[in-house]
Amino acid sequence: MPVDTARMTKVFSRPQSLTEAHFTYCPGCHHGLITRIIGQTIDELGIAERTIGIAPVGCAVFAYLWYRCDALQVAHGRASAVATGLKRARPDRIVFSYQGDGDFASIGTAESIHAANRGENITVIFVNNQIYGMTGGEMAPTTLVSQRTTTTPEGRDPATTGYPIRFSELLAQLDAPVYITRQALYDTRRIMDCTKAIKKAFQNQVDGKGYSLVEILSTCPTNWHMSPLQANEHVATTVTKVFPLGDLVNKGA
Amino acid sequence: MGERYLLRGNEVIAEAAIRAGCQCYFAYPITPQGELVEHMARHMPRLGRTFIQAESEVAAISMVYGAAAAGVRTMTSSSSPGISLKQEGISYIAGSNLPAVIVNVVRGGPGLGNIAPSQCDYFQAVKGGGHGDYHMIVLGPSTVPEAGELTMLAFELADRYRTPVMILADGLLGQMMEPVELPESLELSKLPQKPWAATGAKGRDPNIILSFDLSPENLKRMNLELQAKYAEIRKNEVRWEEMDTADADIVVVAYGSIARIAKTVIRMARAEGIRLGLFRPITLWPYPYEPLRDLADRVHTILTVEMSAGQMWEDVRLAVAERAASPFYGEMGGVVPTPNGILSEVKKYAR
Amino acid sequence: MPHGVVVVDGERCKGCGLCIAACPQKVLAFSGALNKSGYDVVHVEMPDACVGCAFCALTCPDIALSVYREKTRT
Ligand SMILES: Cc1ncc(C[n+]2csc(CCOP(=O)(O)OP(=O)(O)O)c2C)c(N)n1
Ligand code: SF4
Ligand code: SF4
Repeated sequence: MPVDTARMTKVFSRPQSLTEAHFTYCPGCHHGLITRIIGQTIDELGIAERTIGIAPVGCAVFAYLWYRCDALQVAHGRASAVATGLKRARPDRIVFSYQGDGDFASIGTAESIHAANRGENITVIFVNNQIYGMTGGEMAPTTLVSQRTTTTPEGRDPATTGYPIRFSELLAQLDAPVYITRQALYDTRRIMDCTKAIKKAFQNQVDGKGYSLVEILSTCPTNWHMSPLQANEHVATTVTKVFPLGDLVNKGA
Repeated sequence: MGERYLLRGNEVIAEAAIRAGCQCYFAYPITPQGELVEHMARHMPRLGRTFIQAESEVAAISMVYGAAAAGVRTMTSSSSPGISLKQEGISYIAGSNLPAVIVNVVRGGPGLGNIAPSQCDYFQAVKGGGHGDYHMIVLGPSTVPEAGELTMLAFELADRYRTPVMILADGLLGQMMEPVELPESLELSKLPQKPWAATGAKGRDPNIILSFDLSPENLKRMNLELQAKYAEIRKNEVRWEEMDTADADIVVVAYGSIARIAKTVIRMARAEGIRLGLFRPITLWPYPYEPLRDLADRVHTILTVEMSAGQMWEDVRLAVAERAASPFYGEMGGVVPTPNGILSEVKKYAR
Repeated sequence: MPHGVVVVDGERCKGCGLCIAACPQKVLAFSGALNKSGYDVVHVEMPDACVGCAFCALTCPDIALSVYREKTRT
């Protein structure tokens, strides 16, 4: 039944800086939500014409399709180094990298730490879903103890595979970063908080303040073998115990 | 013009890069190209340009990817073990059609090897050391002044063909001091426009820089475009030098520092009545197969001399194709062939 | 209470159900109808209950929902 919305105020619509492309993510996956929030942020700050996005290797490999912005697709783990080169070449442009936990906190460990340590004036969106989504659900450095993945079929055993790495806490030890925060999206309140955090991380760059990172506890219903709702619940009750939410660095707040 | 300086090969490459308009340089230190990094560290910031000592060669080449995508002239340099680490980035740069200059001041290998001069990275440079069906233009300077000229050319070719270009030098050339006349500085505002670059989608559709397409049909098309570009480069950019080949019976094929040593050998041989000539590839990719083949029809022996186990020798034999005898003389591990060593090798084939 | 209207883009919806749970007014439900991609898409089951809070749209990972609110209650 058609609804007459002509007389009404639109309170929610698709961000202008997103293209019409359908996301390639699985049902209920937070990657899409994060993309929407980034799009909304780009709209609100009015920076679409000078923003350059960096798509990682991972489920977000197609991220260059989502934004009405220039974009690069780059090698697995190297997004923070590529962002460095891009930003140094064009300091007045807004550069953000979008990286999974395998990308950012495993294969890209060195690039991630050193971009933060140099205080590059970039925005990093770090999507921590505790698993390798794209390649079929293997262990990530962030995988929880006892969590079953395709490469820890009996559950992650810290005796042989170590513990989930709290990468944001590692980066928070550095002097240069201006903003490091961990957020989640498992309910409306967290979504609103995360939206504020992402906006701040972009605003910092616009203001020339320096390195800002938003880690987001994301879901992978597919490889967690959970329904989207169960996955949200799992983040709320279990994942946040290992990865506590909140700001780790917030300079000049 | 007319300024003459006594400089090392490494410094000349660095200074020529600056004069070619290199705006962003990223590297991780390694011998024997330390002076190149240090020259850039001293001069790039002073000019308001970017110098970053990267956390690794992997990071450095990734930074090059970013700067190249942003449309500025950019370069990285290293030596053999570091160049191995850059292969990932070089493949992405080639696949994404980005212009960039990479300098390899080759040292002894494999593994950590040593810091003495070598040409043992030839295969890696000209056959594609990274993954995928790609090539880089590879330039092999043989003197310090030529290192400067070829650095200028490298940036020009990189932009013209949107491709990575490697300067394949060796430790000898990097360290050697010679008087040079430096090239004129190019004006940044006059460098080629790059409407394809990721500079912000203002008043145009977004520019997307990528080497990725899940569809085999599309990726095949991307590969065919790359191959068409390589065909164009092969057609236009083959460069080589010949010395005393007109009346030669024997020709030495050598590039880089060895070609320079070979020139001494030619004078020595001619003094003894041996009609020796030199064929020196300047572009190692695209390789000057055809001129070398023509030469092979006119001489009885083509002797390849290299600081490797015979890597370029494979290309020489491809070119010669049994038209002449094609022996090989090489040294490895950082041992540099001497003029006398090469001459006695030549004498084995003199009739 | 203000009145709202949710419009579902049936081709974008992947039937994840997150919006159904996010809605405090229980406005949305699975429709039982499959879209071209084979997902059971949501529809507006209780239109009169919608207050236009947009929590559903805020939660949707696929931006399948638009929300409108009446300017004044007539
Ligand atoms: C050099 C290299 N190694 C491995 C891969 C294969 N690979 C693709 S994505 C991926 C992991 C992705 O996990 P993550 O970064 O956590 O992102 P997600 O897919 O979970 O969003 C791996 C290992 C690759 N593309 N390149
Ligand atoms: S595999 Fe996991 S992370 Fe990837 S799109 Fe699907 S749910 Fe999201
Ligand atoms: S949240 Fe979006 S994709 Fe999921 S069921 Fe609701 S409308 Fe469909």
